[in-house]
Amino acid sequence: MTTTQTPTGLDELHILWTSEGMSCDGDTVSVTAASLPSLEDVLLGLVPGLPKVHLHNKVLATEVGDAFMAAFHQAHHDELGPFILVVEGSIPNERINGDGYWTSMGNDPATGEPITVNEWIDRLAPKAWAVVAIGTCATYGGIHAMAGNPTGCMGLADYLGKDFRSAGGLPIVNVPGCPVQPDNFMETLTWLLYQAAGMAPTIPLDEMLRPTWLFGKTVHEGCDRGGYYEQGDFAHDYNSPKCLVRVGCWGPVVNCNVTKRGWMDGVGGCPNVGGICIACTMPGFPDKFMPFMDEPPGGSVSAALSGAYGSLIRRMRSITNNTANKEPKWRHNRRRLTSGYDARWGNG
Amino acid sequence: MTTRTAGAKQQAGESRELVEMSWDPITRIIGNLGIYTKIDFKNREVVECKSTSSLFRGYSVFMKGKDPRDAHFITSRICGICGDNHAVCSIYAQNMAYGVKPPPLAEWIINLGEAAEYMFDHTLFQDNLVFVDYCEQMVKETNPSLLRRAETAEAPNAGVHGFRTIADIMRAFNPFSGAVYKEALHVSRVTREMCCLMEGRHVHPSTLYPGGVGTVATPQVFTDYLVRLLRVLDFVKKAVPMNDDLFDFFYEALPGYEEVGRRRVMLGCWGAFQDPAVVDYDYRTMNAWGRNMFVTPGIVLDGELLTTNLVDINLGIRILLGSSYYDDWQSEETFVTHDPLGNPVDQRHPWNQTTLPKPQKRDLEHGNYSWVMSPRWYDQRTGDHLALDTGGGPLARLWSTALAGLVDTGTVRATGRSVEINLPKSGSLPEMRLEWKVPRWANTIERNRARAYFVAYAAAMAVHFLEQALGEVRAGRTQVFTDFDVPDDAIGCGFHEAVRGVLSHHMVIRDGKIANYHPYPPTPWNASPRDMYGTPGPYEDAVQGLPIFEENGPDEFKGIDIMRTVRSFDPCLPCGVHMYLGGGKELKQVHSPTFGASLSG
Repeated sequence: MTTTQTPTGLDELHILWTSEGMSCDGDTVSVTAASLPSLEDVLLGLVPGLPKVHLHNKVLATEVGDAFMAAFHQAHHDELGPFILVVEGSIPNERINGDGYWTSMGNDPATGEPITVNEWIDRLAPKAWAVVAIGTCATYGGIHAMAGNPTGCMGLADYLGKDFRSAGGLPIVNVPGCPVQPDNFMETLTWLLYQAAGMAPTIPLDEMLRPTWLFGKTVHEGCDRGGYYEQGDFAHDYNSPKCLVRVGCWGPVVNCNVTKRGWMDGVGGCPNVGGICIACTMPGFPDKFMPFMDEPPGGSVSAALSGAYGSLIRRMRSITNNTANKEPKWRHNRRRLTSGYDARWGNG
Repeated sequence: MTTRTAGAKQQAGESRELVEMSWDPITRIIGNLGIYTKIDFKNREVVECKSTSSLFRGYSVFMKGKDPRDAHFITSRICGICGDNHAVCSIYAQNMAYGVKPPPLAEWIINLGEAAEYMFDHTLFQDNLVFVDYCEQMVKETNPSLLRRAETAEAPNAGVHGFRTIADIMRAFNPFSGAVYKEALHVSRVTREMCCLMEGRHVHPSTLYPGGVGTVATPQVFTDYLVRLLRVLDFVKKAVPMNDDLFDFFYEALPGYEEVGRRRVMLGCWGAFQDPAVVDYDYRTMNAWGRNMFVTPGIVLDGELLTTNLVDINLGIRILLGSSYYDDWQSEETFVTHDPLGNPVDQRHPWNQTTLPKPQKRDLEHGNYSWVMSPRWYDQRTGDHLALDTGGGPLARLWSTALAGLVDTGTVRATGRSVEINLPKSGSLPEMRLEWKVPRWANTIERNRARAYFVAYAAAMAVHFLEQALGEVRAGRTQVFTDFDVPDDAIGCGFHEAVRGVLSHHMVIRDGKIANYHPYPPTPWNASPRDMYGTPGPYEDAVQGLPIFEENGPDEFKGIDIMRTVRSFDPCLPCGVHMYLGGGKELKQVHSPTFGASLSG
């Protein structure tokens, strides 16, 4: 069978999840912390209206080795049925490393050679009902795509192209975060499952392919330390419970809901609990925000103004926000590494 | 030297019929791991094992030239389950390099966060990943006669944990449906919330900095932690006797099971939980503050505690190549010729490593086959490069702490041959004392058993840390951060225990930037391939010579005893191994002399 033009109204669906990109598996681990809903709620069919879901994820699988890989091979040969492909980890550039490879998942049964993650994406993405990039590595490149990296890493949309459409007619769905906020991912997945069941319209995504209701506001707009900012009352070091913009917080220009949602069921977070926002959800992460512990440029300028100048500040921030929403230019799948990689110190 | 080679028959040069079997990827672990074996089914023994990782990301490469204060934010991203351990270890290394001592309350907050991390991570790994290998569903497929026996085997501690028979315990671990499996997921969330209270987020913390923390240290944050801790204590108290019952049953029902995954006792522990009364992060006093950590650093060789001195531990670290996809750095720059005490530092020490990745085809028979390097510890007395393992973390921590006999907080006491753990009254169970005793073997079962005890250890420590932290708050000492300057030139090292074992970060600063940075997490130690001397890494060593107890023949073979062994080390390969089940196909016959030579160390 083929999954092309699958009609909505699916009652059964597989989730093929590869975390074998350049990742730490932190997004998978993060999702085990979700409770809104929890992964087991979805798998055990406790959320009314969702299709029956079969999960194939390395960390949680009962099967090992070839038995685990079987579903991926079946999907490649159109024998599995409709599936959502979840990609975790940045996509390395496998065109720059000769006979070797940066990362792989399973072996080719015929040759015994490793199958690269890139090969799996080529095989499965076009056949998937939906493709979801989980975490900032998969969405935009993230930490492993930092300046000077040897692997030529990039985000999934850099690899597949911005115009990619899945078999279900969807663009890539990006859920950034390093790691992903647990409930943000489960809520996105739940929407997609409702959509697959024919019970929800197409998921609303912004220009950077993020769900709009999760990433439409800034960290600062949701931060309970915003009142200090308004009063021009800033923390000068990390002992203070006041606004952290002068000691490194990028909250004013970062799209993320962590200050509203907390980290787990309302507990924890970032600037609201004393951790500077290092912009880990953003396409420009990490390069455009380092060194993290320095004051962001212009932070104190906009901090000095407030009230009457509110509209001016919003305009200035939207310029910085535009920059933060762009990836550095070395994240691409061309045949040349342009990250500035040099293995030795002092040559630069 | 350390290798248990493949048995007497092989030594004698008798030819054997070997089946190649591999598992790639190994699931229910973190990261990319493959295990490639040769098995003698007639004699029920694994003859050869190679462990590979097919992932390279290049942290030590791309950190060069970055601001040193970014190091903990970046290195947290090495690991998606114990990222906070990396952040903390990096902060220890930075504190040394910057010469800054955080306020005591900050140390207690970090200790509380890390105690919660151990509780969370060990619970999730043990009950939701490892125990699937011991659950009813799995045992039915691999050892049906064992399951039949378990049905009638009374559980000696049923009065505490509530499961009448061993088979009832096995059923409770069936994935997604078993009672303990589900409860463990819940407990893993509550304990992660505890971690978030102290460190902002899990798994990549937000509130940790060199010089201290940003955590808002009002009484509330400690109250929120305490009530959650009390809520999981019943679970912790039941887990230990339940693990004991199951593992003791395996020894009894399968005589000889102690040989599964057994290797020479060769354990490393780098210590955890700083004591703010002593630690000043000065390298020159590192022995003193290392010995005051609330998990004692140490190297245990053949049951003897070789050293507890972090300086000795540091200077003995060697990073070897042999089967890894890198070029050698012997002729590259030497960043640190001597440590701050004037001791010479080897070119193969992490301070002097230059990572030169060289992607290439995998060659399991005669060449390079892994992205993991081979860390070893140089034993000056014998000249051996010891392939230390971490026993999955808890086994080495408890063993080193027990023998050293230094830890005594009231809630935890090391006796010289055991560790006593005292837990307070909880919802349904009274106060309880648990005692972990030094076992007879370092094997698969003891690695797993120690994990359950270490959850209790971490919980008891958390009780102590809470008292200390609240003492500071009540005395009005609420500072959590000390400011610092980054020097133009400095070196630093941090030693800590990641959940699954030894963790070190080595940093060199030049011109105010990172000139060299090498983190060594537990998994390179455990998952390392054969080194330049031919010595296999610990997974390889533990699986080679492993007796097979699984009842299936080659056609239905699941490799359960091998899986249990590899998972007993708590593999975490973003920091490396893959297994592929060959379906019992006989790929070729090999005569033992062909590879016998490569096994001797």
